[in-house]
Amino acid sequence: MSFDSKQSLNRREFFSYLTVGWVMFTAATSGLLALCFRFTYPNVNFEPEMEFVAGLTTDYPSGVDERWKNSYGVWMVKQEGKLVALSNICTHLGCIPNWLPAELKFKCPCHGSGYYMSGINFEGPTPRPLERFKVGLQPDGKIKVDKTKIYRWEKGEWENPDSYLEV
Amino acid sequence: MLRELVNKLSDPIISFPMVTIGFYLMLKYYKIVGTKKFAYWTTALLIPITTWFLADPNFFSIIKTPDNIPIIILLLLVGFVTWFAIHKAAENDTRIEAGLCPIEATPENREKVWSWPNLVYTELFAMIACTAFLVVWAIIFKAPLEESANPTWAPNPAKAPWYFLGLQEMLVYFDPWMAGVVLPGLIVAGLIAVPYIDTNPKGNGYFTFKERKMAITAFLYGWLVLWVYLIIVGVFLRGPNWTFYGPFEFWDFHKVVASFNVNLSEIIWIKMLGVGLPKNLVIREIFGIILSVAYISLIPPWAAKATKAGRELFLNLGATRYYIFMFLVLMMTSLPIKMILRWLFSLKYIVALPEWELNL
Repeated sequence: MSFDSKQSLNRREFFSYLTVGWVMFTAATSGLLALCFRFTYPNVNFEPEMEFVAGLTTDYPSGVDERWKNSYGVWMVKQEGKLVALSNICTHLGCIPNWLPAELKFKCPCHGSGYYMSGINFEGPTPRPLERFKVGLQPDGKIKVDKTKIYRWEKGEWENPDSYLEV
Repeated sequence: MLRELVNKLSDPIISFPMVTIGFYLMLKYYKIVGTKKFAYWTTALLIPITTWFLADPNFFSIIKTPDNIPIIILLLLVGFVTWFAIHKAAENDTRIEAGLCPIEATPENREKVWSWPNLVYTELFAMIACTAFLVVWAIIFKAPLEESANPTWAPNPAKAPWYFLGLQEMLVYFDPWMAGVVLPGLIVAGLIAVPYIDTNPKGNGYFTFKERKMAITAFLYGWLVLWVYLIIVGVFLRGPNWTFYGPFEFWDFHKVVASFNVNLSEIIWIKMLGVGLPKNLVIREIFGIILSVAYISLIPPWAAKATKAGRELFLNLGATRYYIFMFLVLMMTSLPIKMILRWLFSLKYIVALPEWELNL
């Protein structure tokens, strides 16, 4: 009986079964791959906003202000008549340095890079200073920090009036 | 008093030359190091020293971290395996000098056995023992979970897994592009290239040092000094802010180390010539560029002509193999050279072109 049923499958039928099988296999595989691809994107993005309003210039005392460090990754540094927004990412390998108030420097915990309060590098392996973000005043007099635009010292971009606020 | 001395001596500025000299002595007197008597005496000496180290609360607090336990196993294993290889090599070299064959080639050792069951059973037991060990390990030492990740905060000190701490220590002296990509890539490429570069047919299937001096020295220096030693430094001697701390020193977050690093261009143009940095980037870094290019391109032909060892090597390997080998060796020695320059002259980068993301 079973021998007969095998015989009854002719060449055309065999190939149509094979085609159906392959199409289903391909569909299943590509569906699985698409699911896997979906997993490469996070469900929730914890990255801080790229733009934020940072209050009035008079809110900041002289020196380094850490109030936006944990929420936006920005140090507000007021020094020598200028208020700047420094990135808190080490320019050596991207760790997060700490502000050491006693030694008046930023110090990276990963490889020991050190920066002055101004963001200029002076110790450890870091090749260039911390980056500044674009700062500007809104019509209501509040500071707007724009992290999409960065200013690099070694390219002479710290001269740009958008990279600091006169206070 | 003694503890302060140990703290001082373990500073990489002193301990790195000491380890290098120790390595040289170990290979020079390998026949003494390879005796069982030497091993017994060293073990007998190390036990009280280790106990003394462990008695210190600061050292003990570093050791007992679950993260750091594998490194203790690593150190014991590396020590034993290195000694074992030297021991076997010393035995064989003495036999070869006396005109005998190596122990591995004696008739009783040439006898062959079946891989089933001899090898497969051994492997099975090794597998079971390893699994049992890992299970017990996982029960005793919990994985050190910390707070959830925060993109705007890093632990202090931020340490890589212990097996990567050698690389992290390298990053203190190099641009991430060099120490994170080029040099590790060259380690892999160099290891792949070994069978093509090494034309020495000796030492196949038996332990020997005398017949493969250069190969063994180059490998062991890279492994023991430039890898294992740097891991030890990274694990035991680097504390908060990646500052150096002696093994008995408390990890004080406020330890101040005065350091001010300068680039070669600044040393030459400002300190020595007394003029400011030139505006043109290439002119500014021209000395560093010349030095780096000369280091890579002039030393190999010079060594092949002027030194006896270089001439022999050139003849044995042929031009292509010789230049590839010398390039790999020079890249390896660039690490100790850069470390020493940092310690002696506070040199940051030989070529510093952050504008082009290129720093050597």
